Parts: sequence; structure tokens; C-alpha cells
Amino acid sequence: MGNSSARNKEAAVTPQPVTAISVVAPAIGWLIPGAGHLIQKRWIRGLLLMVSIVTMFLLGLAMQGRVYRPNGGDILDILGFIGDVGGGGLYILTRAMDWGQGAIAHATADYGTKYIIVAGLLNFISAADAYHIAIGKKP
Amino acid sequence: MNLQLSHFSAAVLFAVFASIVFGITQRSTSREQIRYGLYCFVMFVGGVFVAGWVMWMLRR
Repeated sequence: MGNSSARNKEAAVTPQPVTAISVVAPAIGWLIPGAGHLIQKRWIRGLLLMVSIVTMFLLGLAMQGRVYRPNGGDILDILGFIGDVGGGGLYILTRAMDWGQGAIAHATADYGTKYIIVAGLLNFISAADAYHIAIGKKP
Repeated sequence: MNLQLSHFSAAVLFAVFASIVFGITQRSTSREQIRYGLYCFVMFVGGVFVAGWVMWMLRR
């Protein structure tokens, strides 16, 4: 019993070997939501993640949500930027096309801003999940 | 494009997408993922109703 517990603890702290897929999966998962799962042949999970995160981000833009810039200055703007940047390729595209700069003129536009931030944060979770699949921690 | 959703529909859509991602990422088997996703959805929407009633009572 004691030995088994010690072995479990030892296994828990043993660092996982760094493989190519354990680096590529979260990176591509961040860049394209759901792609980290798709390249590991988790088709349904990947598609559901992609549809959910991309739709949420686009709905946020359609609601005239604000997209934060890195040099916002205010601490809340910096936190907003961290959330937004989780969108990966969506954020890069949005900045390149200069979308998401509308002034918030109605209540649901604020929802749009939150949709964009949360889509980015959910994509961070999705990329972490892709990493866990890549290292064999999750089936 | 200017999409204007009501507060409730915006909250429900938010709950749908967040629940899907939570279900997939926080559980391992398909059955557990579906159960956890539904649980999250119910808690999100339930929270909307509870918050709505609390605000209604505060306003009275």
C-alpha cells in the first residue's frame, strides 16, 4: 500500500518526454481552434471545439464587440487582451482586417466583447486539452 | 453586420458554446463528456434565472 502510493507519486512527478506532437498539437490548436484535436484524429471533438469557439468569436464580432490591443494601458484592457489573444488565428485575422473597433453603442455590444474574450479563453483550455491528449494523459 | 440579441438569448448561446467546450475538455469518456456538458449548461442557465430573480427582488 505504502509502496504503491510512493510509486504513484513518483509517476506523477516524472516529466513527460517532449515529442513533436506534444509541441505541435497545442500550438496549432491555439492558432486554429480545434485543430490540435483534429491532427490527433479526434475528429468529433475537434469539430465541436472548432465550431463552438469560432462561432462564439464571430458572434462577438457581429454584436459589435470590442477587440483589445496589446498596449491598452489599463489593467482591465491588458486582461481583455490576454483573453482575446487566446483566439489565435482569429485574433490575428481580426487585427489584420481592423475589425472589432466599433464604439459600444448598445447593451449587447458588451456581450459581444465578453463573447470574444471567452472564446479566446476557451481556446486556451482546448489547446491544453490537445496537449494532454498528445502526452497520453487523456484518451 | 450588427447582431442584436436579447439578454436571455445571448446568455443561452453563451451557455451552449461554453458547455460544449467544458464537456469535451474536462472529462475523458464520451458518456462523461455529454453528462458534464449538460450539467454545465443547466448550471449556466439556472444561474441566469437565479440572478434574474435576485435582481428582481433587489429592485422591489
